[in-house]
Amino acid sequence: MFAVIQFPGSCDDRDMWFAMSSVLAGKCSMVWHQESELPAGTKGVLLPGGFSYGDYLRCGAMAQLSPIMGAVKRFAKSGGPVLGTCNGFQVLCEAGLLPGALRRNSQLAFVCDDVHLRVEKRAEPFSSRTEQGAILTLPIKHGEGCFYASEVELDLIEQNGQVLLRYCELDGTISKASNPNGSLGSIAGVLNKEGNVLGLMPHPEHAVEAAFGGTDGIAILGSLLDMARSA
Amino acid sequence: MNEPDVDLDLALEHGLTEQEYAQIIKILGRTPSFSELGIFSVMWSEHCSYKSSKRHLKTLPVKGPHVLQGPGENAGAISLGDGLAAVFKIESHNHPSFIEPKQGAATGVGGILRDIFTMGARPIASLNSIRFGSLADARHRFLLRGVVSGIGHYGNCVGVATVGGETQFHDSYAGNILVNAMSVGIAEESKIFLAGAKGVGNPVIYAGSKTGRDGIHGASLLASSEFDETGNDKRPTVQVGDPFTEKCLIEACLELMSTDAIVGIQDMGAAGLTCSSFEMASNAGTGIEMNLDTIPRRAATMTPYELLLSESQERMLLVAQSGKEEFVCSVFERWGLDAVVVGKVTDDGRMRVSFEGSTVVDIPVDPVAASSPELNRPSKEPEDLGARQSLNLSLVESESDPEAALKALLSDPNLGSKSWVYRQYDQRVQGNTLIGPGGDAALVRVKRPDGSPTTKALAISVDCNHRFCWLDPEKGAMAAVAEAGRNVACTGAKPLAVTNCLNFGNPEKPEIMWELKKAIKGISIAASALGTPIVSGNVSLYNETNGTPIFPTPTIGMVGLIDDWADAIGAHFKRPYQEIILIGTDRFELGGSMWLAKMRGIESGRPPEVDLGYERRLQKFLVLSGERRLLSSSHDISDGGIAVALAESCFGLEGCGASVTLNAESTLEECLFGESTGRVLVTTDCAEDVLSLARDSDVPAIVVGKTGGERLKISSLNDSVLIDVSVAQLKSVWEDAIPSRMDPEE
Repeated sequence: MFAVIQFPGSCDDRDMWFAMSSVLAGKCSMVWHQESELPAGTKGVLLPGGFSYGDYLRCGAMAQLSPIMGAVKRFAKSGGPVLGTCNGFQVLCEAGLLPGALRRNSQLAFVCDDVHLRVEKRAEPFSSRTEQGAILTLPIKHGEGCFYASEVELDLIEQNGQVLLRYCELDGTISKASNPNGSLGSIAGVLNKEGNVLGLMPHPEHAVEAAFGGTDGIAILGSLLDMARSA
Repeated sequence: MNEPDVDLDLALEHGLTEQEYAQIIKILGRTPSFSELGIFSVMWSEHCSYKSSKRHLKTLPVKGPHVLQGPGENAGAISLGDGLAAVFKIESHNHPSFIEPKQGAATGVGGILRDIFTMGARPIASLNSIRFGSLADARHRFLLRGVVSGIGHYGNCVGVATVGGETQFHDSYAGNILVNAMSVGIAEESKIFLAGAKGVGNPVIYAGSKTGRDGIHGASLLASSEFDETGNDKRPTVQVGDPFTEKCLIEACLELMSTDAIVGIQDMGAAGLTCSSFEMASNAGTGIEMNLDTIPRRAATMTPYELLLSESQERMLLVAQSGKEEFVCSVFERWGLDAVVVGKVTDDGRMRVSFEGSTVVDIPVDPVAASSPELNRPSKEPEDLGARQSLNLSLVESESDPEAALKALLSDPNLGSKSWVYRQYDQRVQGNTLIGPGGDAALVRVKRPDGSPTTKALAISVDCNHRFCWLDPEKGAMAAVAEAGRNVACTGAKPLAVTNCLNFGNPEKPEIMWELKKAIKGISIAASALGTPIVSGNVSLYNETNGTPIFPTPTIGMVGLIDDWADAIGAHFKRPYQEIILIGTDRFELGGSMWLAKMRGIESGRPPEVDLGYERRLQKFLVLSGERRLLSSSHDISDGGIAVALAESCFGLEGCGASVTLNAESTLEECLFGESTGRVLVTTDCAEDVLSLARDSDVPAIVVGKTGGERLKISSLNDSVLIDVSVAQLKSVWEDAIPSRMDPEE
């Protein structure tokens, strides 16, 4: 079973639940941020997009102090898969579960669009359904998605192979023009060192039905479901 | 408590007239208290009472077999079948947005969303209609930036997709921009909530943000008078929005409305606590007793006057079942919101408000709410109407370079791509967007309140051609209704009902009243003929600065239904080698056209004719074509004529070109850029079936060309090539229309 964490101000929580359960036939339940434990049998945790606590102070800064985050941290430390999309990514950075931070987009405006993404590695639990070098098309919608890390940190991220997705052209070329927010290294998705925590600015949950933004999001969410079913 | 003494001068300062003040004294049998004066001034303001427009609005068609709730409630509601209802409304926030664009637009979005979820519906889609002066003016670049960022800031944060709308520019809006926000929600038909304070003894509960001093007299002084140079002094009457609180309010209210705890609910919008409590009591024929000491507040020293008139955002007033108050408050508290019992429902038809032990308001509800003034303002045809409508085409230089003209039109921000705007809006949240911004109408899937998907989808369009409305308000308004319906039908959906936002100048001027009356008449005629009743709306008057009014702008929001979204039709050419069919008749009408305005600087003439009987047949034809899956694309021909419509059809992701031959019996400009209404370009693999259905439907149809290639080629019947240009080139001018005018350094 997957747990979608619901913070006040979460917006994509219901969409994540819909994608995982209604479209992809997985088991999924909503977990209120005031809970201090994850439901028994949780196989994976999903931190949805939105504007937790209105993104006041700093995106994700308040949410990471919610009671449930203690349980999420323990779950992640024990190797359980945790996926944060958009605001969820920001929460994971604030919580110290992922390196780096998300800054204001370089053009200083919110951006909603479809972007192309190059898969940098195929690995459980997040990308087993796709291949290294595959190109995914997923929507982004954020004002603060510019991935930033210190030079030292960035080197470590690259050396450890922690980058899962990069913004790219349709043919896979990494370019300034295809980088929608000024992210360092065109990084759109980053793993922790152990590979069980992933933060993504793009929204796989908004690309699971052909008529509603395509189906490339299944590459990510389906991988998680495969992992949960085989475990 | 030290309050000023009330006299006629103070009443006049509050925007009341001498007659109205006399009426107040008659109702009360005494001089009003300061708080009572404040209440009358907002409740009887143009913004809240619709006193200038009320008698004319009564002529609008509001009934239909599918109408569940017509005008008069927070929003209108129509049945979608299977126990589901669509709840929708459009509303203006023009004056606040001109003074403070970001917060003005943001709170406009917040207000319309509250109107929707107050009815028990989850908002699923937002649209807007925004109008500015020229982008050559730095102020209007600032206003565009501010309004767009405000709409995005609020809409994105509450998790409601912004799926469409219109962005227009014209000098008539240079001193008074328009920001009209529309929202659509889904509810269970059996669970639509109304704003009634029913059940004597039931608790009245205040929930949401604390009350502050912001927005006092937003409705009476800001929205109900025209602008002059002192506009900036009115900035404190603009409210500040908090979309995070709104998001929590949406979730808490919908959670509560799924139980049996709530009897009635009303949001505190214009005129805040005053308007909401009076409306609730008036609707139910009851009274309310309220203690202001309990109101959550931002400043400890607020007076009763301020507490009653504050327009602080994100606040709701609820009447709960007696005994459920603790449960209701606990749900709000879980969402981090204030909720307190502030009073109870009474049976004596009076509003009694106490503050620190003394009664500060004691007035009968109905004379204030239901029997507010109704004016029959004089109206007179504008003296320059003849000049507006006169156009001698023989004196207009004909078009010698159609290709350059097409490029010029596409590069105009009115016709150019609006992606600069809508890229700043979340178009995807809730996962229902089939067709987002940039098409003829947006198309959004309907999910049940429990989150399960259905095959139904709503098509939604917002339209108004302000130039047509200026030249002939009645015909312009008819054209707006017809176009909105056509846009909805172009997706394959059946148009069902209308919401409107009537933006006009100062109603105290007879010429403005004439425009308003004519526009309402045009809407009535068209809405009746098309079977799409008006279920909600808003009137925004006094849209002028220093005596210069805006063009009359009756914005039409149309909602339609498609039973199976798999039948939906997009606007762009999909594949090469498909037949392009022109539906409708070209009457070679150039009056009021974009070509005349842009290329010749002429804004006069009679706008195109509208044939409503034909429009209805056209709508049926398009819906049937969708159901039979005959069409690959369909796109309405409007501003800029067939040449612009063809170019737009080429701008899909596929970038498919076309080659078309037109029957140029008339002049080049009439043929390419004329704006005869009721015309649609469709593409198909089965032209015979489409033509035969068109014959059966009694709509003219003719094959005009084929899709394919990387160029748009338009020839005339005698084989002379009028336009032959690469789609990529056209697309690039079109895409640059707005970005090239925005200064990145600003």
